[in-house]
Amino acid sequence: MEGALTAVSAPALRGSRCPRCEVAVYPADPACPNCGGPAAPVRLSGTGTLWTWTVQRYAPKSPPYETPEDGFRPFVVGYVELPEGLRILAVLDGVRPEGVRIGMRVTLAAGAGVPHARPAGVTV
Amino acid sequence: MSGAGAADVLVCGVGITPFGRSEATGLDLAAQAVRTALADAGVPWPRVRAAFGGSDAAGNADTLVTRLGLTGIPFVNVRNGCATGGSALVSAVNAIRSGAADVALAVGFDKHPRGAFDPRPADWGLDEAYGAEGLMVTTQFFAMKIQRYMHDHGITARTLALVAEKAYANGARSPHAWRREPLDADAILASGMVNDPLTRYMFCSPGQGAVALVLCARSVARELPAADPVALRAAVVRSRRFGSFEVFSPWAPGGIPTSVSADAAGAAFEEAGIGPDDIDVCQLQDTESGAEVMHLAECGFCEHGEQERLIAAGATAIGGALPVNTDGGCIANGEPIGASGLRQVHEIVQQLRGRAGDHQVPGGPRTGFTHVYGAPGVSACTVLTR
Repeated sequence: MEGALTAVSAPALRGSRCPRCEVAVYPADPACPNCGGPAAPVRLSGTGTLWTWTVQRYAPKSPPYETPEDGFRPFVVGYVELPEGLRILAVLDGVRPEGVRIGMRVTLAAGAGVPHARPAGVTV
Repeated sequence: MSGAGAADVLVCGVGITPFGRSEATGLDLAAQAVRTALADAGVPWPRVRAAFGGSDAAGNADTLVTRLGLTGIPFVNVRNGCATGGSALVSAVNAIRSGAADVALAVGFDKHPRGAFDPRPADWGLDEAYGAEGLMVTTQFFAMKIQRYMHDHGITARTLALVAEKAYANGARSPHAWRREPLDADAILASGMVNDPLTRYMFCSPGQGAVALVLCARSVARELPAADPVALRAAVVRSRRFGSFEVFSPWAPGGIPTSVSADAAGAAFEEAGIGPDDIDVCQLQDTESGAEVMHLAECGFCEHGEQERLIAAGATAIGGALPVNTDGGCIANGEPIGASGLRQVHEIVQQLRGRAGDHQVPGGPRTGFTHVYGAPGVSACTVLTR
């Protein structure tokens, strides 16, 4: 898949934002968790920085974990900080554990399951 | 604030079971701990006027009356996650302060299957995808919290290993501990990465155990010539405020995270009328090594980042300036959720009595502090004095 095409077509995460206290949340919530007031749907930025991370080195208990058909492989997971002022839990693809750094720029996209991120500017 | 004052509540009796694995059920262990605590206080079961207790996964505490005696007292089941023991204790304290009871029991116990906890996404209000893609794993959260903390405050992996090394050293000196073999920092660092930066032997494991406390109003103490009481100056439970960073969160607010541990510790010190600098020995939630490092600062015992120097210098060891987790903590005792918070109180009571045996802090400690933290952002703290 072409990186440029991916960047354009990657679907934005759908969150919500409180017009009063400006708190943005994911996934979308009709009520603001800070003030309890009504929040409006918002499309979140597709680029942010990695706030923290770890590596899942062992296969999680199954169920609920669905082991891939070709077997478990360790994967990177982290929180991506977005300009809207929130951090989103995501699986980090396209980078080996040795290459992960707090503060690295990543793109973030919605998919069928949980949010997935990958290093910005990296094509696969 | 309560009118009577926290100093009017005394811990008159304590009981603990071994925390290693056995065939005993959680309720077997709880009954054993209660009988030990009653004997320690010199209080017969019919003298107890109210009881509060619970487990997360090992049954209803109130069924203990069939083993202890059907005396008709109110026996309230408490199920409050990692604050189960702390919440039972606060309830017992309040029963005494209010005058509803002059002798009250708090009991916490648990027994978990081997291996990591495996929560279900629906129980946490999360999409099934978080489970299917492998994100319903508690150890990931602990790793990500300390990873960021190390980045912000200059804590090294060696410091994480030294925390676990101390836990196993203290566990080796504690008769009720589960892990009683000393393990050095190099072996801990080499024990296999679980979730970076945390290795296998930096974590506690779900386990089993029970602890009971007999609490009395000060007016009752004269009835108990055999008791060796310690004053419970504060017992506090708090839940998280907006802005905290917790397990199983699809998102977290930006900025410096708020800390329910800091909130609970601050409230406990305010209620007790003393501060962190006055504490001689403390027990801090050590689900893994990083938690003890962070909780030292969150509870007010040092500045963020100071842990790197303090731990290397042995400040938190038995015999150091501020001994922490003197019975080996969760790392050496395991984590029976309902029992851990009261295990900490048991340890402080024995330390202040001078009856902690091989893991006794020298010099006659007179003040102690306990701290529990857990999902989904709860903390329970106590202050005890001699």
